[in-house]
Amino acid sequence: MLDLYQAGTSPIHMLRPGWKILSLAIAGSALFAVDHILFSAGLLVTTLVLYHLAGLPLSRAWAQIRPALWVFGLIFVAQIIFNDWLIGLYAVVRLAVLLMLAGLLTLTTKSSDMIDGITEGLGPLRRIGVNPDRVSLAISLTLRFIPVLSHVVQDVREAQRARGLDRNILSLAIPTIVRTIRMAEEVSDAIDARGS
Amino acid sequence: MIDLQNVNLTLGGRPVLRDISLTLTQRRIAIVGSNGSGKSSFARLLNGLHLPTDGQVLVDGLNSRSHGRKIRKNVGFVFQNPDNQIVFPIVEEDVAFGLKHLGLSADEREAKVVDILKRYDLIGLRHQPSHTLSGGQKQLLAISGVLVMDPRYVVFDEPTTLLDLRNKLKVKQAIASLGQTAIVVTHDLDLVADFDRVIVFEDGRVFADDEPNKALRRYLEAMQDA
Repeated sequence: MLDLYQAGTSPIHMLRPGWKILSLAIAGSALFAVDHILFSAGLLVTTLVLYHLAGLPLSRAWAQIRPALWVFGLIFVAQIIFNDWLIGLYAVVRLAVLLMLAGLLTLTTKSSDMIDGITEGLGPLRRIGVNPDRVSLAISLTLRFIPVLSHVVQDVREAQRARGLDRNILSLAIPTIVRTIRMAEEVSDAIDARGS
Repeated sequence: MIDLQNVNLTLGGRPVLRDISLTLTQRRIAIVGSNGSGKSSFARLLNGLHLPTDGQVLVDGLNSRSHGRKIRKNVGFVFQNPDNQIVFPIVEEDVAFGLKHLGLSADEREAKVVDILKRYDLIGLRHQPSHTLSGGQKQLLAISGVLVMDPRYVVFDEPTTLLDLRNKLKVKQAIASLGQTAIVVTHDLDLVADFDRVIVFEDGRVFADDEPNKALRRYLEAMQDA
């Protein structure tokens, strides 16, 4: 679900990140505010056209929603039980469109440009004490360290499995937390050392 | 020139470095010593990540207590684990990270990033997610992120510890080709054999300080006797 930037020169790539983020916010809100299946279906088609315009194969759109299929299944089944299948389909389409649009944003926007856009967008909040640079850095660190932390968990899991502790949740959690805190200290030093 | 005058360092109530007075002027200086001898803490003193408990550290005459930010700009620091030093998800974005606050135009930043990525043979990976790089490529990316800032000194904290032989040789070559002064903390004695000076730390003190042959011989003898 966390797909990263695909270099390109399409009109979607060239659009300013601020506009893309704003469009995503408006489309996401409209998806849930406009209570009509045709609107959601129309937005689904528009989203697929935008992928095409961005020079991305439709398989990339599918890749955005594939990890969430089990969530879609749960929602669909719950809606069949409590409402009917059409409302279930409606809910799933809305969520799928939202995920694909969010994926399109990350696929066509460099994370540094996106972060610059967020920094610019948060500028007015300086007046109430929010530091946009810090918020932006936190977002970039989150994007960067998701795969790193996933490796840490994998390492610890393998080490504990080798010791026969694979069923013990504490044996996974404690070393992972300790390693993460140590890593956070060094990352903080590194950011200082790099003069930012 | 980096000058340490009667430096003591205590961390968490534990004395880590004791009465260190050194003047670092050579182009290639190695810091070696056993685990816990204080060498990594010493490295962190050089760019103001640690401040001395007593004494002072002067970098080109600037005191690390009062000029921390300026010193960190002049003294680059490469950490042992590049994963903890790379802060942006895409290779070229990470290299550009430190340049943002230097007041350069976008074109100037781009030129510097391309230049450094070419130098370390990473240009073909510029759009790649940084987590997909090999260990050696990550270490070269971490070095690029530091060198793009044009520091006068570069401190390396065990830069080859996590690397295989091929990547170790690449990093060794990268250090050898630096125009800047390099201060390298390491356990890899082959890496420092042709350095100008080797300082051996033991129990928070300078145990030997000489040319590589003599300093390393004393270090090896001390380790064999221990």
